[in-house]
Amino acid sequence: MTATELGMPGLDGVPTTDVAQTKKEFSSDQEVRWCPGCGDYAVLAAVQGFLPDLGLARENIVFISGIGCAARFPYYMNTYGLHSIHGRAPAIATGLAASRPDLSVWVVTGDGDALSIGGNHLMHALRRNVNMTILLFNNRIYGLTKGQYSPTSEQGKITKSTPMGSLDAPFNPISLALGAEATFVARTIDSDRAHLTSVLHAAAAHRGTSLVEIYQNCNIFNDGAFEILKNRDTREEVLIRLEHGEPVRFGANAEHGIRRNPNTAGLEVCGGDDPAVVVHDAQAPDPSRAFALSRLADPGTLARTPIGIFRQVERPTYGDLMNDQVDQAVATQGPGDLAGLLHGGDTWTVE
Amino acid sequence: MTAKEVRELDRVVIRFAGDSGDGMQLTGDRFTAETASFGNDLSTLPNFPAEIRAPAGTLPGVSSFQLHFADHDILTPGDAPDVLVAMNPAALKANLADLPKGATIIADTAEFTSRALKKVGYTSNPLEDGSLASYKVHAVDLTGMTMKALEPFGLSRKEASRSKNMFALGLLSWMYGRSIDGTVTFLQSKFATKAAIRDANISAVKAGWNYGETTEDFAVSYQIKPAPTPPGTYRNITGNTALSYGLVAASRQSSLPLFLGSYPITPASDILHEMSKHKKFGVRTFQAEDEIAGVGAALGASFGGSLGVTTTSGPGVALKSETVGLAVALELPLIIVDVQRGGPSTGLPTKTEQADLLQAMFGRNSEAPTPIVAPASPADCFEMALEAARIAVTYRTPVFLLSDGYLANGSEPWAIPDVETLPTIDPGFATEPNHHSDDSAEFWPYLRDPQTLARPWAIPGTAGLEHRVGGLEKADGTGNVSYDPTNHDYMVRTRQAKVDGVDVPDLEVDDPTGDARLLVLGWGSTYGPIGAGVRRARRAGHSVAQAHLRYLNPLPANTGEILHRYERVLLPEMNLGQLAMLLRARYLIDIIGYNQVRGLPFKAEELADIIMKEDDQL
Repeated sequence: MTATELGMPGLDGVPTTDVAQTKKEFSSDQEVRWCPGCGDYAVLAAVQGFLPDLGLARENIVFISGIGCAARFPYYMNTYGLHSIHGRAPAIATGLAASRPDLSVWVVTGDGDALSIGGNHLMHALRRNVNMTILLFNNRIYGLTKGQYSPTSEQGKITKSTPMGSLDAPFNPISLALGAEATFVARTIDSDRAHLTSVLHAAAAHRGTSLVEIYQNCNIFNDGAFEILKNRDTREEVLIRLEHGEPVRFGANAEHGIRRNPNTAGLEVCGGDDPAVVVHDAQAPDPSRAFALSRLADPGTLARTPIGIFRQVERPTYGDLMNDQVDQAVATQGPGDLAGLLHGGDTWTVE
Repeated sequence: MTAKEVRELDRVVIRFAGDSGDGMQLTGDRFTAETASFGNDLSTLPNFPAEIRAPAGTLPGVSSFQLHFADHDILTPGDAPDVLVAMNPAALKANLADLPKGATIIADTAEFTSRALKKVGYTSNPLEDGSLASYKVHAVDLTGMTMKALEPFGLSRKEASRSKNMFALGLLSWMYGRSIDGTVTFLQSKFATKAAIRDANISAVKAGWNYGETTEDFAVSYQIKPAPTPPGTYRNITGNTALSYGLVAASRQSSLPLFLGSYPITPASDILHEMSKHKKFGVRTFQAEDEIAGVGAALGASFGGSLGVTTTSGPGVALKSETVGLAVALELPLIIVDVQRGGPSTGLPTKTEQADLLQAMFGRNSEAPTPIVAPASPADCFEMALEAARIAVTYRTPVFLLSDGYLANGSEPWAIPDVETLPTIDPGFATEPNHHSDDSAEFWPYLRDPQTLARPWAIPGTAGLEHRVGGLEKADGTGNVSYDPTNHDYMVRTRQAKVDGVDVPDLEVDDPTGDARLLVLGWGSTYGPIGAGVRRARRAGHSVAQAHLRYLNPLPANTGEILHRYERVLLPEMNLGQLAMLLRARYLIDIIGYNQVRGLPFKAEELADIIMKEDDQL
């Protein structure tokens, strides 16, 4: 069966194996060196645990990262891996994914790497729809450089570099990705293994650039940043779980809902039994509703934070189009003939 | 009508000059193509402004194309034009200073209006006020005659006058006995879907030719016999085209699909344009969001087993530096083509310079050596592109190929090589574990080839060789992240030793009499002007040796011995002495620099003067 027939078009062309794989096989022999208690451990375990389910030839999987704590990720995966330079992983991955359609390409990045120094590459990878999955570990802080505010830090953040509070407004990665024409945009949380795994599965299945924002706790420099979304006592009141085709409701007893605000283009909270509660359509061609959902959360308190798949639409990938042009050129002009090329144009012969 | 006199010349330099919208580059290209087919040796120098359409009729908007052709082997586009075709007053004013007394000027009188003259500061018409008395002036109504010839086509005034460059081409073709057949064929194909434009341009070329044939104004035409050349099939080629073909050839010879990641920048963009036409060779071209992404994507493709290439100019190299450093650490093949231009910063985008040598050599953090090669002429770009690929693939290293604006756009005849004789480049991908212990077989990505010091290149998809590479220092052998001081010292020295040990051919010296005391050394595009200057000096009785470096890192093994062989070494460079600095430091020898950064190639005459002056002092 092909990956497409299995409902995984994103992996079409990647060789599979019939031999059962284990999490251990996906773990390299390198000692993991994140701080004890770091949310990265949970994501690593989830990825290593879920990849065997895909049944891909391990040698056809590549993890590429930039710089930052999360960027050490490839060293811990027993796949091919490339730990590159700050912000450039999406660009490097673009060259690899476009030239090697038989690979499953994963980019591991953070809020500083992807949204600050590498913002340009992220945005253009999304627009081009290169077939790869980008895991954006968002801890709202710079960890590796020891605690400066990041482009997703809340305004007024007191850090080593901003003793009187940060001045700049934060990026909303989901809004940014939607604005950059992304075809797959999702958010999940490091500590929710089941949700994380289901989103990773959907992201891998998607053909095109899948952006997965993972709320990840930095227990050293920004501990508890997402606590309200994780704590059993608070999370049901603030977390909105998006499910395609389901009404958007939240609260311990689904007592809250989301409906359109008739006076603005946006969304607002209503009662869970309000007949106007919207049904989530991740596949809607128009990204407006997905964008409105991405604006629901309060950037300061994280109240009304949706998680799940915001958008999942089909659009040809850059690599497929590029390779189609190569195939088409060969089909219409025949394979390249170097002597013919060199002798093209006006030539003359001296006897 | 009696047949007109035909005078024989051994060489001519013609410069076509007009507004940047006048089609001077096309006119020059067509004249060059006909001249090449005729069998003259030739060399060209386009010169155009960075602005696409500077205000019409102004000095900054002047675009020109110079062509030197001869019945013998020539090396440069010529110091000074024998003939200037000036399509307007600005073109005359901008170029007059380059003309020797007695040169011929053909000027389009229709454009010498009082308004146009005033625009460039002429208070009277130079075609009429006697100020050009020391030149042979042909004041010709090129525009008017073109319009008249095109009356039957029902074109607007603007459209018809646009063909005046073709009229000028026809006239010059008659003057120098060039055929216009190739140009007619060219126009038929270029304007295949625009019949009126096609026919108008063809008529304009023919009208120009016929005008020369019939008018009393041009009493003489000239003949320049074909140059004796070794047997073979030839074509005229620019550096950027030759470089592109060299890259396509390198892909074929290495059986590696080529991936070009690039961002448009003058004067390198034409390589991207050319390469994008060759998809049937499996060439993938990626116009990236910026210079950094261009080289990043190329490096990513190299990681996957492509021949990764990025093309740019100096400002782009500055942006790519960090990624080139990563490629040094990853030890993956990568070709960085730098078509150098005037700097610093944006500098002179369309003018030539060779001042990126030290940037290529040292422009990265820490100890990050890269091989550097530099073609000596437009046609040489083909071979040096193949050489860059050979070194990159064999030694798993980024390689700089330093071209420049003069090589990129200049052209010369090229003896097309037999593709069956091109060298093979073996990627030698790793397919098996390379480290065996009692109970296991592992793949160690930094276990080197003892000869080349190259590490194995195992590409994704190869089962059992899964490994991780990255910018953090790696342990020798295993490739695991290592902060060990001794290992780092070893790795720094080993990367340097690998580059130092790259196999490059010896430097050849041209010292025909064997008694020269002065060596004139050069690198890159100065080969032609230095060679022409050396010839002049020799004709004047000087014994002078010439050597030209095409490999700058590592330098050929015999470089020091050759430099020490001569009493004096003169090194002309289009920078303030960058190679001289490297050679002085390396060989403890005093190099006499001759340096100019005018955005233009050296002139043969000025180099001959300085060569003879230096020789006289010995």
